[in-house]
Amino acid sequence: MKKGRYGDYGGQFVPETLMCALEELEHAYGQFRKDHTSMDTLNRYLTDYAGRPTKLTYCENLSEMLKCNVFLKREDLLHGGAHKINNTLGQALLAKFMGKKRLIAETGAGQHGVATAIAGAVLGIPVDVYMGEVDIERQKLNVFRMELLGARVIPVRTGTRTLKDAINEAFRDWVTNVESTYYLIGSVVGPHPYPRIVRDFQSVIGSETREQIKKVSGRLPDVILACVGGGSNAIGMFYPFLNDKVRLIGVEAGGKGLETGEHGATLCVGSQGVLHGAMSYVLQDDYGQIMNTHSISAGLDYPGVGPEHSMLKDIGRVEYFAVTDHEVLEAFHLLSRKEGIIPALESAHAIAQVVKMADKFDKDDIVVINLSGRGDKDVGEVAQLGDSI
Amino acid sequence: MTRITDTFQHLKSPAFIAFLVAGDPDLETSIQLAKHVIRAGVDILEIGMPFSDPVADGPTIQKANERALKSGMTPDILFDIVHELRKDTDIPIVLLTYYNIVFKRGIEKFYRHARDAGIDGILIVDMPYEESKDVVEIARTVGLNQIFLVSITTSTKRLKKIVSLASGFLYLISTTGVTGVRQELEHSVFELIHSVRKQSNLPLSIGFGISKPEHIKPLISEGANGVIVGSAIVHLIEQHLDNKKIMIDEVSRYISTMKKATGLLKDIKG
Repeated sequence: MKKGRYGDYGGQFVPETLMCALEELEHAYGQFRKDHTSMDTLNRYLTDYAGRPTKLTYCENLSEMLKCNVFLKREDLLHGGAHKINNTLGQALLAKFMGKKRLIAETGAGQHGVATAIAGAVLGIPVDVYMGEVDIERQKLNVFRMELLGARVIPVRTGTRTLKDAINEAFRDWVTNVESTYYLIGSVVGPHPYPRIVRDFQSVIGSETREQIKKVSGRLPDVILACVGGGSNAIGMFYPFLNDKVRLIGVEAGGKGLETGEHGATLCVGSQGVLHGAMSYVLQDDYGQIMNTHSISAGLDYPGVGPEHSMLKDIGRVEYFAVTDHEVLEAFHLLSRKEGIIPALESAHAIAQVVKMADKFDKDDIVVINLSGRGDKDVGEVAQLGDSI
Repeated sequence: MTRITDTFQHLKSPAFIAFLVAGDPDLETSIQLAKHVIRAGVDILEIGMPFSDPVADGPTIQKANERALKSGMTPDILFDIVHELRKDTDIPIVLLTYYNIVFKRGIEKFYRHARDAGIDGILIVDMPYEESKDVVEIARTVGLNQIFLVSITTSTKRLKKIVSLASGFLYLISTTGVTGVRQELEHSVFELIHSVRKQSNLPLSIGFGISKPEHIKPLISEGANGVIVGSAIVHLIEQHLDNKKIMIDEVSRYISTMKKATGLLKDIKG
């Protein structure tokens, strides 16, 4: 198999100027993984600072309603409010290990931007975050949080002014400042070795879940669900279960419905293509131009997806579905009222899918949902939407 | 022998290479611009296929990409334009594109369509040699030159591999960073020319950031065989969007001035 490939997917489709940086990163990452001091430091930050391990919560009310055993993996309880910090602490320490003086990141919902700002603040590295103007408008609170944490938020005014354009702009910055700057990608996307690095840092989610569910139930779950934008929380959850008899389900942004064309369901209706340095599924037109996406959740509003997910779809190991904005809002309210947990709109996609397919589960089935983030950031947006969806 | 190789062999002065985005600012003006640029004396024309996500390009060319896509540019229309230009010119025409455009159509189909239209070489901006096995093979079969980028960050090890796959000419990137006009060229570009020259006999063309006649002289005295100007031309287009005639005149005048700079240098040297 070719370097950095997942079947046909992955690879390194970047301008020549960045190739040296990717080689340097790959080499440094290998050293970093082998370096005990670095690994100890990372683990210390993950436990004492970020709050790992996160709880696995049994949802009594939801279980009763859906007639199966529903557990939530509580990544929403992490410092910063989402799984993103698993990756940003890891990569920021890697950047330090490499002697880089500056972090850049892209952000859609603002969660990865906040998590990078947090890591930069605590580890003493300056952070610049690229964020599309449209996203800045709908995630004002996170913009303010990033600024409070000392990061600079740079508005991106090109293209669709959302996540994909923020990634383009981060790449341009990196090409320009490649010697001094570390590009801290927030999902399992981008050129090799990024999908691998981010998966490694996020796999802690699945590893913990494995131990926890065995302890509580004496066996592995029957079904695990996670939302998929770029796909980092999903890969982190799925990866340690890939070789087990566990049904794995990724849930994409169905937006206003797949038939409307206004969605972010890359794996459900996209096709093979190259975006942001990797071969993967993408949403594109007949000529290979990348299409505009729509989702109620900025974090899933992306026309690409991690290359490993593309492979897992093709080989049939993971199933991918899409739920609409409307279904997501219902799930958002449902979890809030039934369990007293306000989920991020991203994570509410996974909840919505469970509700949708609940009649297919037996009452003894164990269903684990990765609750990748908390919904405080979305409260304003949901209030504004009211009954309009 | 392709038109590209032939041109570099027979030119008496270093090649002046101009870059335009196909369909910028609109389909009709774009064809007129290309015709005038050729008439003004460029030695090689580079045509960019606009892409929705041009990560290697600075703001000037990004905006040109947006204008061109808005005007409805597709690979088929681009090939039609080249076909039209070919009626009056024999200068080499090189296509610049991002990989997804090629991949979507299918590499072989895309390359055949390009060749049939009269294109001589293809440069895929986001394709390092590691990923290029298929395109290089198909380029050879179809009879197109596969042009590769070399950057100041390219290691000697990589350079050797690139040189073994490239044909036509090598496109040396004068600086780290995206396309765009720069006041001064970085000194590292001269070292780049020297180190690449040690590895390859291919013609070396320098691009990114070149905009003034005075940029050209030192590049050529250090051994460059061609200079590529893109953003400076596209910037002129952007400045005169409201008056197409002035736009075309300004671009033509600028091309003549720059072309003259490459020609004069030969005389100084010779």
